[in-house]
Amino acid sequence: MVKKMIEGSRAIAEMVGLCRPQVIAAYPITPQTHIVEELSQLVANGELQAEYVNVESEFSAASVILGASATGVRTYTATTSQGLLLMIEVLYNIAGLRLPVVLGCANRAISAPINIWNDQQDSITARDTGWIQLYAESNQEAADLHLQAYRIAEDQRVLLPVMVCLDGYVLTHAYETVDLPSQEEVDAFLPPFRPLYRLDPANPLTFGTLADPSCYMETRYILQRTTGKALAVIEETATAFQKAFGRRSGGLIDCYKTEDAAIILVAMGSVVGTIKEAVDELRAAGQKVGVLKVITHRPFPKEAIYQALHGAEHVIVLEKAISLGNGGPLATEIKATFQERPQRVAISSVIAGLGGRDITVDSIKRAVAMARERVLDGEFLDLRADLEIEEVA
Amino acid sequence: MENDHLFAPGHTACTGCGQALGVRLVLKAAGRNVITTDATGCLEVFSSAYPYSAWEVPWIHSLFENSAAVASGIEVALKVTGRLEQIKVIAQGGDGGTADIGLQALSGMFERGHDVLYVCYDNEAYMNTGVQRSGLTPYAARTTTSPPGRLSWGNARPKKDLPAIAAAHHIPYVATASVGYPYDLDKKVKKALSLGGPKYIQLHVPCPLGWAHEAALTIEIAKLAVQTGLYPLFEMENGVLSAVKKIAKPKPVEEYLKLQGRFRHLFQKEGGAEEIKTIQGIADENIQRYRLVG
Repeated sequence: MVKKMIEGSRAIAEMVGLCRPQVIAAYPITPQTHIVEELSQLVANGELQAEYVNVESEFSAASVILGASATGVRTYTATTSQGLLLMIEVLYNIAGLRLPVVLGCANRAISAPINIWNDQQDSITARDTGWIQLYAESNQEAADLHLQAYRIAEDQRVLLPVMVCLDGYVLTHAYETVDLPSQEEVDAFLPPFRPLYRLDPANPLTFGTLADPSCYMETRYILQRTTGKALAVIEETATAFQKAFGRRSGGLIDCYKTEDAAIILVAMGSVVGTIKEAVDELRAAGQKVGVLKVITHRPFPKEAIYQALHGAEHVIVLEKAISLGNGGPLATEIKATFQERPQRVAISSVIAGLGGRDITVDSIKRAVAMARERVLDGEFLDLRADLEIEEVA
Repeated sequence: MENDHLFAPGHTACTGCGQALGVRLVLKAAGRNVITTDATGCLEVFSSAYPYSAWEVPWIHSLFENSAAVASGIEVALKVTGRLEQIKVIAQGGDGGTADIGLQALSGMFERGHDVLYVCYDNEAYMNTGVQRSGLTPYAARTTTSPPGRLSWGNARPKKDLPAIAAAHHIPYVATASVGYPYDLDKKVKKALSLGGPKYIQLHVPCPLGWAHEAALTIEIAKLAVQTGLYPLFEMENGVLSAVKKIAKPKPVEEYLKLQGRFRHLFQKEGGAEEIKTIQGIADENIQRYRLVG
């Protein structure tokens, strides 16, 4: 292993390169582009034996990957925001066809108004596509999750695509020290892709048949069951990763100072790092606070989340996404996990950091202070008063 | 013949379906060593209803607008694994999936130079959804979204010149073909597959349901489209016209139009003769442009 001070995008590209994808297709979009620029350079240098396809849209990026994966090779693409939205129709098909594609999503806000900065509205929109979704807190984790993603996706008990979500700019453009494994270590962890089925004239198969009402529902049932079973494979893979590389990365959830916590914050992605700082400061001031990081968002690890949270008095779900017309999507799901469970806790929902608005240690402390006063229902954190939004709203 | 049943009987296409015949002829010419893709449309519906499949070659349906992009992915996967020498890739779509919603992906595939033959089965409307107008619907044809009425003679625009658009990418091979001329089609598919790089064949396939003609007349109508000059058969290599199928004596367009319900209003409504003249003008222009006579 080599420790390098490296940009997040580059660390991911190097890790993806070590996974030996044979077909990469991508379309430029900020802030994802550094990842695929680096991959195209690896291919140009002959350091990665792959075909790099410069497609004319994200729709075709996903479609090229779909076709290549169905032909039996390991594939990669990366995108964000509008690009992910443009791919959505294909994302459903990739999952329905059970193709173990890996996609890096550099999380970014959604238009209108146009905004290239970070939040997680894009990947949350794709949560029901049948893809496994993993969220990274740091560049190290983003790189590690890419390696684990291939192993999870290609596991014959799973055979589902995996989306690795990492916060745009906050991670993609940040320089951090990242520990990158050697090719030998990666090869030992990730065997070559051996598809169960592929497009091959020697064994002609029909992929993507028409399924009428007599059989469509069963395909959804199988997907749902398989997605559920992937929970165990994700945990297993994190354990195997720890054994091979000596550090904990991935898995379903991660808890920080939650054991005795009266208040537990829940979040996904890079903001967890900031929340940990806030937790330390609040603990120093005598408040029993902790944070639960949701790493695996699909399949949704209900049991693990319930077990981690049920001892708390108040759970504050802080998320960089909103289901317009309802509220915080993660908060809604966490509230649902507490239905028909013996323990009840107060659950607050806080919407924060949309369109790249900074979430500081102070804003997190403010959220905790507000939640001590009342249960928050989709509270927008750190709104600007000077924009006179109430007059428009 | 060995390749006779690569598109197997037992599919659920309508009687007289030009597309089903077209697919059978394309595969017969291509042989077994192909991987095929297919855009959403009639073909996917009548050939792949679970648990049956008419495909004796590997086949994948993904979506409506991405047949060319999926085929691009298959091609690069074969290339990177050293199998492209042995296996040919054929992308397929209808006229809507090719000329309209799939045009961007098609252009991308051409421009990137993938070694893929794209076959557009042109039945001149969205037949799978109930005969709506596409970019390849001919002038004055009745469809369910270009109906004749007090203010309308049917489809207001002539066909999009997709072969010219394909040829403008300077790809090795572009051809038009017709199920009315199976030997010509066979020759063109084989020629296309003998060349590296992107190839485009636009195959005219009558649709008895959508065109409202007798199922037994599919071949005759296909031939008349060619013999009137309305569907010129030609080849373009590297962007340049290289061959045309000559017509000894062009037939008047009425002979083609009168057999089809989609043009019936031209013969019933007052002023229809003027519209038929306009259609004759389109045929005459084709005859001149492609030098179909002589």
